[in-house]
Amino acid sequence: MIPLLRQIQRGVSALFSPARADAETDLEVRHFVQSRTRELERQGLPYEDALRQATTEVGSLTATREEVRASGWEHGVDTLLSDVRYALRRLRRDPVFTMVAALTLAVGIGAATAIFSAVNPILFRALPYPGAERIVTISDRAQSGAPAEPTYGTYEELASRSRSFETMSATDLWRPSLTGTDEAERLQGQRVSASYFHTLGVLPAVGRSFDDAEDAPGAARVAVLSDRLVKRRFGGADSIIGTSITLNGEPYTVIGIMAPGFTDILSPSTDIWAPLQAQPRAAPNAREWGHHYRIVGRLQRGLDVDVARRELATIASQPISEYPRVLWAGLENGLLVRGLQEDVTAGARPALIAVVAAAAMLLLIACVNVANLLLARSRRRRAEFSLRAALGAERKRLVRQLLTESVMLAIIGGALAFVVAQMGVGALVALSPPGLPNVDLVRVDGTAFGFGLIITTLVGITVGLMPALSASRADVRGGMQGVSRTVAGGRGAARGALVVCEVALALILLVGAGLLVRSLDRLLAVSPGVQTERVLTMQVVDAAGRNRTDQERLNFYEQALTAVRNVPGVMDAAFTSQLPLSGDLDAYGYTFAAFPERQPGEDGAAMRYSVSGDYFRVMGIPLLRGRLLDESDRADAPPSFLISESLAIQTFATADPIGQRVRFGPDSDGSRPWGTVVGVVGDVKQQSLASLNTAAFYVSSAQWRWVDPVQSLVVRTSGDAAAMTNAVRRAVWSVDRNKPIARVATMEQLVWRTGSDRRFASVIYGTFAIAALLLAAVGLYGVVSGLVAERTREFGIRSALGATRGEIVRGVLANGLLFTTIGVAIGVAGAFATTRLLDTLLYGISGADPSTYAGVIALLGSVAVLACWAPARRAAAVDPVVTLRSE
Amino acid sequence: MDEQSTDVISGTLDMLILKTLSLAPMHGFGIARRVEQISRGVFKVNAGSLLVALQRLERAGLLDAEWRETENGRQGKFYSLTRAGRKQLAVETTEWDRKVGAINRLLRTES
Repeated sequence: MIPLLRQIQRGVSALFSPARADAETDLEVRHFVQSRTRELERQGLPYEDALRQATTEVGSLTATREEVRASGWEHGVDTLLSDVRYALRRLRRDPVFTMVAALTLAVGIGAATAIFSAVNPILFRALPYPGAERIVTISDRAQSGAPAEPTYGTYEELASRSRSFETMSATDLWRPSLTGTDEAERLQGQRVSASYFHTLGVLPAVGRSFDDAEDAPGAARVAVLSDRLVKRRFGGADSIIGTSITLNGEPYTVIGIMAPGFTDILSPSTDIWAPLQAQPRAAPNAREWGHHYRIVGRLQRGLDVDVARRELATIASQPISEYPRVLWAGLENGLLVRGLQEDVTAGARPALIAVVAAAAMLLLIACVNVANLLLARSRRRRAEFSLRAALGAERKRLVRQLLTESVMLAIIGGALAFVVAQMGVGALVALSPPGLPNVDLVRVDGTAFGFGLIITTLVGITVGLMPALSASRADVRGGMQGVSRTVAGGRGAARGALVVCEVALALILLVGAGLLVRSLDRLLAVSPGVQTERVLTMQVVDAAGRNRTDQERLNFYEQALTAVRNVPGVMDAAFTSQLPLSGDLDAYGYTFAAFPERQPGEDGAAMRYSVSGDYFRVMGIPLLRGRLLDESDRADAPPSFLISESLAIQTFATADPIGQRVRFGPDSDGSRPWGTVVGVVGDVKQQSLASLNTAAFYVSSAQWRWVDPVQSLVVRTSGDAAAMTNAVRRAVWSVDRNKPIARVATMEQLVWRTGSDRRFASVIYGTFAIAALLLAAVGLYGVVSGLVAERTREFGIRSALGATRGEIVRGVLANGLLFTTIGVAIGVAGAFATTRLLDTLLYGISGADPSTYAGVIALLGSVAVLACWAPARRAAAVDPVVTLRSE
Repeated sequence: MDEQSTDVISGTLDMLILKTLSLAPMHGFGIARRVEQISRGVFKVNAGSLLVALQRLERAGLLDAEWRETENGRQGKFYSLTRAGRKQLAVETTEWDRKVGAINRLLRTES
């Protein structure tokens, strides 16, 4: 302990006041000389001679001082500091190299880190539930193999027949209106089986979860709230437990509060949960047989998911009379069992994986570029190192020097990279498609950052060490002369290969970006079937209790429309039960009297729009045949339907559908009279611009089986639609202050949002592709410059022998373009192979789209010519006299 | 001096310093002089190596150092053995005896 302290203390004081340490040594040496002189004087020598002899014997003061100084540990620190100073000086002296290398590192590492940081928690980090790997979702499987939402009837059967699960729960989206407080609000909620929180493995932090009795139809109403909601609306007090709140006009008793930070992965914005209270063994036309539930189960401990899969497949294929199924939930195509994480990320997975691939490629390019830059630099410095070796520098010292330089570069680049990564993560979160899990957990990932930093640094160190290793004493002459004597040779091969790689990788990224951008373009060029300019939309909720009659509801919406129409700047307004491109999806099977043998649902489903009469005018949906809905379509009149063009063609081909009798959805069991098709209107994209299913029917809200408690108000304005929001909202509230208004958006915003995952991928690909293109250009410039510098003498001789400037320029360009061409060839092959990753993100364009490839090749070619142009000009400008004389 | 003096056998300088100081505290020149005297001029101590060794031993806590006035009225750095130094000397002496014994046995073995 004491010796160690002494070591440190003496070392540190020598480090900080080297002069004092030296002075002590000097004193001691001088003391030596004096003592020896005196001794010699005593032996009879005169003072002068004695001093001279003593000085000779003791030796040089400086040498002794050096010796003493070099013996302490602080000397190592000193050397390191001087290495660092020297390295920084070298880097400063070559600012272009330093800047390009540091920026390359920053872009490569930063972008890769940002991407991995964002994707890791979303795709791979375990969900924040105990035993999350045992939680699976179960969906119906459509004929295409795609998942479809299951019915409650299916849940009932599976929950009773399956033995693979500890617990199984069904959930249904729920958007209750919270009233009775200062501002009415439409909440995001879920109705769930009593076992739901047990299935997730997380119980309320305060209060309790639901019990089975509360899940029975007609039981007392209870709710569990999120901590977020309690804080936002109820002052954050736990005393809310046991009190009553008003949802959809009914009192609900609050029985539990979830912990802060708890997220319901199945529906991340959920703030309130209530028991499902579904009807057991419901009739086929009941809500319980609709495809709008989700089933989530917790596997028995230690049970493999494949065992559960097989069991459910067996159940699906063997119906029993105890659980009669309906036609549209017959489970003929089996069930789809997926891990919860896989399920919730399924939509974003292709985009995220494509983006990860892009990041990996960019990191590769950065590595290649750093290698390239260092290689070129090391060639320029061969003379320096040969000289230093010749002057006696140990190889160890040279290696150490270069290591210091590489590490300094890595530190500078790494610091910049961290900034890039921070900004990148922020941008990614902002851009990410909605509904992803764990997005709020996205931070710069230390592991990913370290990984990128280490890879690039290792590459840098390996490549950077080459000049030191080759600067052995033996080839000092060659090394020093090499600079001027080199004529064209095979030296460029390694660097050439690197540039070829870069060009190939850049091409792959550019092709990906090109395909994505063009897909997005084409997608946004698709007509949604409605006019989107100057249309404001918002949901208006009328959910005031179960005693509210349809007529009261109709009256409210009617009055609201009148109030909105009176707002200055509003040209027209209407209500609809479902709004195109908003995420709504409400579809029903149908039967036409002309084809009685077809079962409802057999021809697929048609989307239902219960609308007020002016809807078509507000949205600009064209009438193709027959008439629109009007005042005559009252509740007591026989129902009239409009059908979409695609439903008309799909059912009647070219025949006239007007006057055909039809039943939709719950009416198709035959208990109600047939309705009549009175008109055909244009197709509208409901789910997204890319969706192909546009079969739809329209009915007057008064004539449908129920009046929807949630309707979307659509308003055509004379000026900017978004600016009218407050005036329209005030108008609705002037009728009834207690009606929540939600999801305010202009139609243009909704169209813009429908491309969000494609936009996410194409912004990232685009950014990466541009970065890759720049890096490749820098690499190409560096290599060709290097070659030109080495061949200065050759160019001198050639121009002395009569070569024109044009010939020399062409020669150098050809050299650079050869690399480019090989790179492009490899890149095209690579792009063909890898764009399959992007398939699901492409729209209206093939992964092998020739014009995209041609465009990218042309772009890359022009950039390559630009990058080679400056060095080529330099080669042509070589003055033969100067070159030859300098030999 | 009849015979040529040589540098101290490598690795033994520390031990010689410790031994010398075990008799009395001394300054650098004194140590060098004493080693030469006792070895009857066989070993000669180079000032540089001595100072490096002294600095090392002092930092290792085997010696204490103190600036004091010398017999001729000048400032000199006096070194003295610490307790750890004394222990180290014993260890090194034993080790040295062992090695020398072994070497002697090897050299005297009749072939």
